[in-house]
Amino acid sequence: MSIRVENINKKFGDFVALDNISLELPEGQLTALLGPSGSGKTTLLRIIAGLEQPDSGSIAFYGKDQTDQHVSERGVGFVFQHYALFKHMTVYENVAYGLTVKPRKERPSKAEIHKKVMSLLELVQLDWTANRYPNQLSGGQRQRIALARALAVEPKVLLLDEPFGALDAKVRAELRRWLRKLHDEIHVTSVFVTHDQEEALEVSDRIVVMNQGRIEQEGTPDEVYEQPATPFVYGFLGSVNLFHGRFEQHQIVVGADAIEHRDEALIHGTDVFAFARPNELEIITDVDATNGILATVTQVLAYGPQPRVELEGVNEIGQPQHFQVALPPESIKGLALQIGQRVRLVPSRLKVFERDSSAVVAGDKTT
Amino acid sequence: MSTVTNASALPLDRSGLWRRATEEPQWVRRTLIGTTLVFLSMFLILPLVVVLYGAFEQGLKVWFAAINEPDAAASIRLTLLVVAIVVPINVVFGVAVAWAIAKFEFRGKTILISMIDMPFAISPVVVGLIFVILFGSQGWLGNWLSAHDLRIIYAVPGIIIVIAFGTLPFIARELIPLMQQQGKQEEEASLTLGASGWKTFWYVTLPNIKWGLLYGVILCNARAMGEFGAVAVVSGRIRGETNTMPLHIEVLYNEYMFTAAFAVSSLLTGLALVTIAIKSFIEWHENRNRVTA
Repeated sequence: MSIRVENINKKFGDFVALDNISLELPEGQLTALLGPSGSGKTTLLRIIAGLEQPDSGSIAFYGKDQTDQHVSERGVGFVFQHYALFKHMTVYENVAYGLTVKPRKERPSKAEIHKKVMSLLELVQLDWTANRYPNQLSGGQRQRIALARALAVEPKVLLLDEPFGALDAKVRAELRRWLRKLHDEIHVTSVFVTHDQEEALEVSDRIVVMNQGRIEQEGTPDEVYEQPATPFVYGFLGSVNLFHGRFEQHQIVVGADAIEHRDEALIHGTDVFAFARPNELEIITDVDATNGILATVTQVLAYGPQPRVELEGVNEIGQPQHFQVALPPESIKGLALQIGQRVRLVPSRLKVFERDSSAVVAGDKTT
Repeated sequence: MSTVTNASALPLDRSGLWRRATEEPQWVRRTLIGTTLVFLSMFLILPLVVVLYGAFEQGLKVWFAAINEPDAAASIRLTLLVVAIVVPINVVFGVAVAWAIAKFEFRGKTILISMIDMPFAISPVVVGLIFVILFGSQGWLGNWLSAHDLRIIYAVPGIIIVIAFGTLPFIARELIPLMQQQGKQEEEASLTLGASGWKTFWYVTLPNIKWGLLYGVILCNARAMGEFGAVAVVSGRIRGETNTMPLHIEVLYNEYMFTAAFAVSSLLTGLALVTIAIKSFIEWHENRNRVTA
């Protein structure tokens, strides 16, 4: 294990930023710390880097304790959300900085530094910007320079704090693919913080989902998406339709309606949350059917990148509940739905969590 | 329909007869600009001319003689010495305070910020008295000081202390907002890249604040040269020994030596004008940086 985090606690005043976090990050992998703002992900990253001191707990890199090691001696590469390039230095000087500030004994020769800087600038495909100043570059270019600068000192671990957060959507998608490709080439153990589940799913080898200073789940993107361990993870990793109900024999009863559901592990009479992704719901136009939740069509979007039907139903206690069904455009047209039409929703797949009072659900409404 | 045609015709009519909606009427502008100019000429330009006229009225030779007169020369040397000591002290203090306030979180930070402004708020005479009470022969530390044969009041150290006190806010005030606005990300980046705290300060922080620092130094310098009230209290006004330029000018004036008084004044004014010129250059430079940034 290249990074080991043990029992880390951190408070800011009364606010608990990290609540006894323990984590092991495998060597050479790209791990995403995913969570909403205030979940403690950035604090954890900064503690790993040594930019923040934990109240208790320890950090080790490759079996060597780093808890009391100063940030300048940890050998981490850190990439900031807002680049943090040195404004008064050229791109070349920025990338060379980590090498030129080394003590004289360890410092490479000028020629070596030049070779290294130019090869890094080629790696990030910006060798032509060497003599420019950061304010002459675009956001995406600046972030690539920041990455080259962090890599120049050959860090043991590379830490990225919302690296694409300040970029516009198109550049972000491009840089995301590029980071994945770069990581496949250089294989440095990397951790990046993001609140964007799509980004985490697309780029990382592993995802650590955080919420309120605790780890909700960790695993491969496939694991956390397909087998979410908690309602929070399910809700945070994509759009959801939520049914509050009670498990009774072979069905989940939601108010006056019911959905068929077989689960040997569930006890009769348990209160549950049942989740279905928008693509896991079917629309049945036969209102008299016994299986399915009654809902009213509010909007039909049979075009655009995400064709879908928006509906409104009621939950168990009679409050309005929003639903979203993703369907191919042909199917939507085939159903010939009218606004205001009553239909039934039948899940093709359902994820059921026992409901206890402490359960937190992210994205209680479809997002 | 008629309203529509009217509306479209109006802008044409307006261009010649009406002022634009966002502009003040002509007479308001003329009055404001005129008042400003008259005021500036009366209170700034006229006195400046008077000083220079008074100084050079009897020719350059007399001016040089007045400047080279031993007591006058001593006051010039003393003023330059004080500035040479006070400004570096305030550079160190200002950078330290600004650094602490901008980059750290600690209790009592707001109190510290308001305390920095205190020298601006307290009357210079009171400042002088405070230090007389502290260091004077009847003061709290008076016995101890005289036992160790140390003189602070009625001597150069006292002058340096009160001037350092009076000019303390200039550099800190200039740097605090600048450093707060810049945040600490660049410093953090430098630290993660393996640079020590000192190297980070030298290579990253200082280049980022250098123009603000220089601006503060110039303001501090101007004030240090001109400080009168507090110095008058603690210096004892010993001619040729503890009189700074402003004090010496007053002495000359009181003795009806107007030409000499104006000569030394012109020198002090000249130094101030140079300071303002440098300050304007820095402002121009900063603005240009901001535009290209």
